[in-house]
Amino acid sequence: MLDATEATHAAQVTDTSDTAATTARSDRADDASAPTIASLAPRADFPILAREINGKPLAFLDSAASAQKPAAVLDAMNHFARTSYANIHRGAYTLSEEATRAYERARKNVAKFINARSARELIFTRNTTESINLVARTWAEANLRPGDALLLTEMEHHSNIVPWQLAAQRVGAEVFYTPVTDEGELDLAAYEALLERHTPKLVAVTQMSNVLGTLTPLPELIAKAHAVGALVLVDGAQGAPHLPVDVRALDCDFYAFSGHKMLGPSGIGALWGRAELLEAMPPFMGGGDMIREVTLAGATWNDLPWKFEAGTPAIVEAVGLGAAVDYLRQLGMERVHAHEQALTTYALERLRAIPGLTIYGPPAERRGGVISFTLGDIHAHDLATLLDREGVAVRAGHHCAQPLMERLQVAATARASFYVYTTSAEVDTLAEALERARAIFAL
Amino acid sequence: MDDIYRQYILDHFREPHNHGTLEHPTLHASDTNPLCGDRIELDLNVSDDRVSEVRFSGRGCAISQATASMLTERIEGATLEELRALTPADIFEMLGVEVGPARQRCALLSLRVLHQGIQGPYTGRWSDDDEDDAIE
Repeated sequence: MLDATEATHAAQVTDTSDTAATTARSDRADDASAPTIASLAPRADFPILAREINGKPLAFLDSAASAQKPAAVLDAMNHFARTSYANIHRGAYTLSEEATRAYERARKNVAKFINARSARELIFTRNTTESINLVARTWAEANLRPGDALLLTEMEHHSNIVPWQLAAQRVGAEVFYTPVTDEGELDLAAYEALLERHTPKLVAVTQMSNVLGTLTPLPELIAKAHAVGALVLVDGAQGAPHLPVDVRALDCDFYAFSGHKMLGPSGIGALWGRAELLEAMPPFMGGGDMIREVTLAGATWNDLPWKFEAGTPAIVEAVGLGAAVDYLRQLGMERVHAHEQALTTYALERLRAIPGLTIYGPPAERRGGVISFTLGDIHAHDLATLLDREGVAVRAGHHCAQPLMERLQVAATARASFYVYTTSAEVDTLAEALERARAIFAL
Repeated sequence: MDDIYRQYILDHFREPHNHGTLEHPTLHASDTNPLCGDRIELDLNVSDDRVSEVRFSGRGCAISQATASMLTERIEGATLEELRALTPADIFEMLGVEVGPARQRCALLSLRVLHQGIQGPYTGRWSDDDEDDAIE
């Protein structure tokens, strides 16, 4: 666990001499006399990065799918499970009180991380998908009438499309989509026109495309939606891990995100919502912990946030997410974003030099650390297999965003994504592996 | 590590055999691999219980397309009984390389399409992954 900026720096220095993988790669980058970008977080903090894959050092370039965990997170979970675990909100015994405190402390910590007004507004869920489904069930059923409109975008992940399609089917509402330009950005003129024509009840939009890395102009989108009376749900699955997030400054109404993409464990995510909206929404799932009183005739609901947390939650994972948030806070989210933009700028340049390689999406200054690409006529899955042989892990396929792939007219892309532990040497490894793929396929 | 991108596999991918469609095929079947969107369409002419002509078309990765090309060569002249008897193991043997679990569905797509064409959806096992799912 790092304590200060100085510690980060020191650890980075020791790391390059400690880890064979890092050393080898630094040398290679030096040879090419390319500018090198060290990892922002000490690589030694992430035990898995020491692994070899197919005899090569692991270059993990799939953090947009799920991030690796620092020892600080793994240790926090382990320590909690070994010393303070019990069910929460139940027992009048010491362990249960300790566990409850740890769980609620994690909630407060995560709420602070996105600058929520109160921890009451932060509901723990399993992941972004469940957070969006929560709103698409409870808010939508209480507020949508037949003929009402919902406005999404063409670049959404399936998890920010399908729940709304289901909600619309249930109530007879209609779903519209803001188109994406050839550069992979939202068509803002079309967005305004759709807002005016359909006056949607809600706009659901991603903070950052998981395929193209496109950063959406949220303040502008949100202000315009509010001007026509629409609420705004932000899919922060790719936002919370990589950008400074302030839900009050954003002025959104709901913000959904996952723990596992932001150095935390899988199985825990969160929904932030304005307290007055959450208060007015019916519960999501029924069960223990979400009730105030149950009789055979019916039940009354618990206060926020527990009204939306039926059953025993992911207690250990919540503690892990709290530790992940601590870790990110110490790195500094501005620096996380700057690191990823530097890597993206570097990678775009490096990859553009490869003949036959097509990159999708906007320029580096308007995207996060995600690069989708194709290489000649090599199928993305073949590419992923070939890169895996060089120890490089990338995602291949439609990235759970089929409408966007349809818009780009491409069946599948390979996607490299960066995080706090990524180095420019790993980008070099990727580029070299792509050159080898070209040779094998005789491009 | 055994190389699945051997030259003969890449050759089949680049210059597939029996590529195209038949005018009025006796049997036609198509399917996609939902994971990666690979698609194979298969046309067969059958006379005297034997495959007289076969063509395939589709799009996708080198493994799925090369396997389809090799399979069409293999089944020319074969009886329907022989087609029914084909198993995933035969496909892997035909490919002559080790196919990892992540790519087995690509390799087996054309066999699945073939079996759908001759006898409706195949109900057997499609990969080692499925074996892990077996309850008995």
